[in-house]
Amino acid sequence: MNDLASQSFAVSIDAARVAYDGVALFEDLHLTLPARQWTCLLGESGVGKSTLVRLIAGLLPPDSDVTVSCDDGLPLPGRVAYMAQQDLLLPWANVLDNVTLGARLREGRANKETQERARALLARVGLTESARALPATLSGGMRQRAALVRTLMENRPVVVMDEPFSALDAITRVRLQELAADLLRERTVLLVTHDPLEALRLGDRIHVLIGRPARLAEPMELTGPTPRSLRDPAVLSGQADLLERLAGSAAP
Amino acid sequence: MKFARPVIVLIGLIVVWQIVVTLTGVQPFILPPPMKVAETLVHRFDVIWPHAQITALEIVLGIVTGTLVGTMSALLMTYFAPARRWLLPVLVISQAVPVFALAPLLVLWLGYGLISKIAMATLIIYFPVTASFFDGLRRTDPGFLDLARTMNASRWTTLTRIRIPAAMPALASGLRVAAAVAPIGAIIGEWVGSSAGLGYLMLHANGRMQIDLLFAALAVLATLAIVLYFAVDIALKRALNWLPDTNPSSD
Repeated sequence: MNDLASQSFAVSIDAARVAYDGVALFEDLHLTLPARQWTCLLGESGVGKSTLVRLIAGLLPPDSDVTVSCDDGLPLPGRVAYMAQQDLLLPWANVLDNVTLGARLREGRANKETQERARALLARVGLTESARALPATLSGGMRQRAALVRTLMENRPVVVMDEPFSALDAITRVRLQELAADLLRERTVLLVTHDPLEALRLGDRIHVLIGRPARLAEPMELTGPTPRSLRDPAVLSGQADLLERLAGSAAP
Repeated sequence: MKFARPVIVLIGLIVVWQIVVTLTGVQPFILPPPMKVAETLVHRFDVIWPHAQITALEIVLGIVTGTLVGTMSALLMTYFAPARRWLLPVLVISQAVPVFALAPLLVLWLGYGLISKIAMATLIIYFPVTASFFDGLRRTDPGFLDLARTMNASRWTTLTRIRIPAAMPALASGLRVAAAVAPIGAIIGEWVGSSAGLGYLMLHANGRMQIDLLFAALAVLATLAIVLYFAVDIALKRALNWLPDTNPSSD
């Protein structure tokens, strides 16, 4: 099981053309997710970030104009976990059943080992007490922590996240960013966000997606351990820089 | 107060009934006073009870078969496009043709016994059950289905673990309607042709001008229907305890 998560490969996406309702979203787009790094994708709403995430997660119908390949030559489907902006916790299932959903969907039930692993992860995110609680009784931050555990339970080498923290308040968001950075270290992560600060704290490289059809600008490379401090001068100056680039692209 | 309120409403209705009888001086064989009906209910209970059991059996079996046929139809329609095209007209027809018009035929084909009444109750609840469950199955949150897809879920587990539970609130609305209308199906069946049941007893009593017995049977029928509705309602609330109730009836 651990061998899957420790697989190390880069993922490349080459999209000649992706259209939605006849409008071209991307043309000639190339994106590489380096192995075991966090790649952040920044862009304003509607630029096609979610489409890109869904493409990588295998949620869009196969399209001859798009190829997603891994540099170890094996296919990506089955090796990627997906986390959305909504927590997508099943309201009728308790937290433990929700985080073991993957096993329950594949094998019909979660065996003892899976349940123990789930409990251990729930303990790490501080949800031990809530294992038997229904999602509706949890706060937004707790729900997103449960969703994070569910993503981790899939134990996939690649994780794509579509604005996973954007619906949270500022303090909860900062805490969850730290938790995610910690728990998803050593994985190949694509984090889509509209928050430059989030990208700067967590990303090893940051892409800005601008225009229509969207193009990828040269990535901004960052060094040093994540999550970076909010007082880090590089983070602060980077934020101004990224906001300028995003605002510039938004001008008519 | 929660339990007292229905009792108060009931007592209020009986008082109004008594007032009408007293003020109009109407003959007891047109509208018997409440006390006379209560007397008959007690004295003739040995006659009424076996009929009530039969009607209750018809209603419950009608709900069971109607729910089974309805949920199966909804599942078929969800998963097979041809079934959707062929069953949708059947569904609309089952609702458009009045059951009253079909009752004599069903009795002719299925006989005077239980089966024709169960068929009637089934027919009358087929539409609410099928339509509500089908609607619920079609409205699964696409996010849940995306998640299931990235988790390599099979069609079967996606159905049993996600789509059916997600459709349960919609089905519950259909089942509540079913519990409320199923007695109508059974009683129509008994009126058209039967040798037992509360509907039969009421017709029989009416024909012999035993209006007090008719009212007593009606009271038992109403009680049956109400008990059935609340039993279904409570069972559904228990099963769907995760559902937020933003407008609770019991405050």
